[in-house]
Amino acid sequence: MDTDRRSLLKSLATAATMTVVSTPAIARERRKAPADAVALLYDGTKCVGCKACVVKCKETGGLPADVDGYGGGLYDAPEDLNESTRNIIKLVKDGEETAYVKRQCMHCVDPACVNACMMGALGKRQYGAVTWENNKCIGCRYCQVACPFGVPKFQWSKTSPRIVKCDLCVDRIAEGKQPACSEVCPRGAVIFGKRDALLQEAHRRIDEDPDLYVPKVYGETELGGTQVLYLSHVEFGKLGFRFSDDKPVPELQRSVQHGIYKGFVAPLALYGLLGAVMFRNRRSEDK
Amino acid sequence: MTTYAQHPPLLGTRDRLFTRPYTVLLFFAALGIALIAWRFYAGLGASTALTDGYPWGLWIAFDVVTGTALACGGYAMALLVYIFNKGKYHPLVRPAILTSALGYSIAGLSVMIDVGRPWLAWKLPIKVWTWNVNSVLLEVALCIMAYTVVLWIELSPAFFEKFKESGRPWLQSFSKKALKFFDKALIWIIALGMLLPTMHQSSLGSLMSLAGPRLHPLWNTGFLPLFYLITCLAMGYAIVVVESAFSATAFGRKTEIRLLNSLGTFAAYGTLLFVVLRFIDLALRGRLGLLARFDLAGSLFWIETILFTAPLIVLLMKKGNASLGTLLRAAMLVAVAGALYRFDTFLVAFDPGPGWHYFPSVTEQLITVGLVALELAAYVAIVKHFPILSGERND
Repeated sequence: MDTDRRSLLKSLATAATMTVVSTPAIARERRKAPADAVALLYDGTKCVGCKACVVKCKETGGLPADVDGYGGGLYDAPEDLNESTRNIIKLVKDGEETAYVKRQCMHCVDPACVNACMMGALGKRQYGAVTWENNKCIGCRYCQVACPFGVPKFQWSKTSPRIVKCDLCVDRIAEGKQPACSEVCPRGAVIFGKRDALLQEAHRRIDEDPDLYVPKVYGETELGGTQVLYLSHVEFGKLGFRFSDDKPVPELQRSVQHGIYKGFVAPLALYGLLGAVMFRNRRSEDK
Repeated sequence: MTTYAQHPPLLGTRDRLFTRPYTVLLFFAALGIALIAWRFYAGLGASTALTDGYPWGLWIAFDVVTGTALACGGYAMALLVYIFNKGKYHPLVRPAILTSALGYSIAGLSVMIDVGRPWLAWKLPIKVWTWNVNSVLLEVALCIMAYTVVLWIELSPAFFEKFKESGRPWLQSFSKKALKFFDKALIWIIALGMLLPTMHQSSLGSLMSLAGPRLHPLWNTGFLPLFYLITCLAMGYAIVVVESAFSATAFGRKTEIRLLNSLGTFAAYGTLLFVVLRFIDLALRGRLGLLARFDLAGSLFWIETILFTAPLIVLLMKKGNASLGTLLRAAMLVAVAGALYRFDTFLVAFDPGPGWHYFPSVTEQLITVGLVALELAAYVAIVKHFPILSGERND
């Protein structure tokens, strides 16, 4: 009995050590954007807040008007992303300083929502777009807990709710068109292209006018990188981007869970051990 | 190993079921069920205070995460009796398994009420090829489903023992065969009954680490799985003490005060281990400074720590001679501490950003109350009809 107890503790200790040791190993494998990764580049210095992109986005997605926001019930004027709004332009005021910011799904390189999703309703699919599939979602809303940008929205008003979020207009891209928001933008404030090319373009603009821009492309490395990139004349924190760490959100959880469950060895070993100890206990009692 | 088949005399079974308090329980259970029907008719938006900012509320934090931890009595007792071979605790096992089986069933039911599209949930255990093996919630969901089944199987000898005495010959012979089978196979079922909670109780902690920077650093740590495992075991032992005190009052069952004292001590040492590890973890991550700020998070952390440490002090002072009342108070503290730790991780330490608020709606609260009432009513009904409680009466 005593030896068994010791070996039980030992194997638990081994599992714990494995967890700790394997952490840095997994952390090193940081994900890169897929080869076919497209992107949107939003330049806040060019946006005039006309919201043509908001209207076109709703039209493309067939989403209903939201009259509960601004405008006293007369206009489709949502206050934020919600169950009928996948894309929005917000005005940010900080004293005298003002800026517009476009918010939609960031299409993360290593998306927390995809990591969360039980049956892969949310997946990082063609062009690196993070999309949602109706028949694999049971509505658990773990994606909403996970997303650091607060993007996935749930149809609270429906009895058969769906998750509402930007799908980067993948159907339009497949037809050779560009996403609705970038197509309709009269100022070229949001443009569409390959992620690599848009990163280059963003840095070119910063180099060309270093006095205008914050010297950073938000989304290049933030939270592991995103496929929606931002240029701004205002600090990104003020625009509502709460996090500037490079570490992808799912990394900690993945390293811990993979450490414990690698090859399912530890759980199987524990099961065998528990059974063996009980078997022994019973035999010694039968004698 | 003492087998389930040889069980000492029973208690409770000669009592009347429909007492006055029982009717009150049934009333709240019925109200809860009616409101569940309303939730499915009106949708989650109309019936709950949940929002896109706080997509998980009372039902997840309490019914599922706290509820299953409080239902770890069966897990904790099984470890003690079958692995550490402490056969003397055996009389406490079967009632503990019953509370666990009921607690997990209610948690499963709560999940089905909470998710938006429960009619697709059948796909989870069936459509293996769609599994996202990175999803901690998938592991939790599958483990909880499997464990609920395992718990009812573990408990089934109690039903077969009763059916063995029934008037129908086919039921008699089936029950006898089943009991013989269980005598052999139960080891491997019980082993599963320890493996599964080890997995999902720890993973329930891991769940929230995916909130990443939106979860307060006092709670978000790679140690979440270990912390949840330790605290669920402590809560499991504590709940066995509470349950024993309950059956003493309700059924006049004589309590095993010595055993309960040792159990209380186990629970208290468990929580001590947790508290110490928690400070070590904060020190390793260089976050101890957060404790000097007495903001909401810092204060809650200290309250948790006090609640977790208090029972230890109480029980150590009594040196294993605590009265049932003292034990009950200490056990309650452990349960409350564990519950607060879970509420904090899932709701308070979770910061979805400015502008979001959550306080459970009346419907959410009454459904939770109704489900707890349903659980208690089922417990009492089963205890009064099947051989669950053993031991002596006080009279």
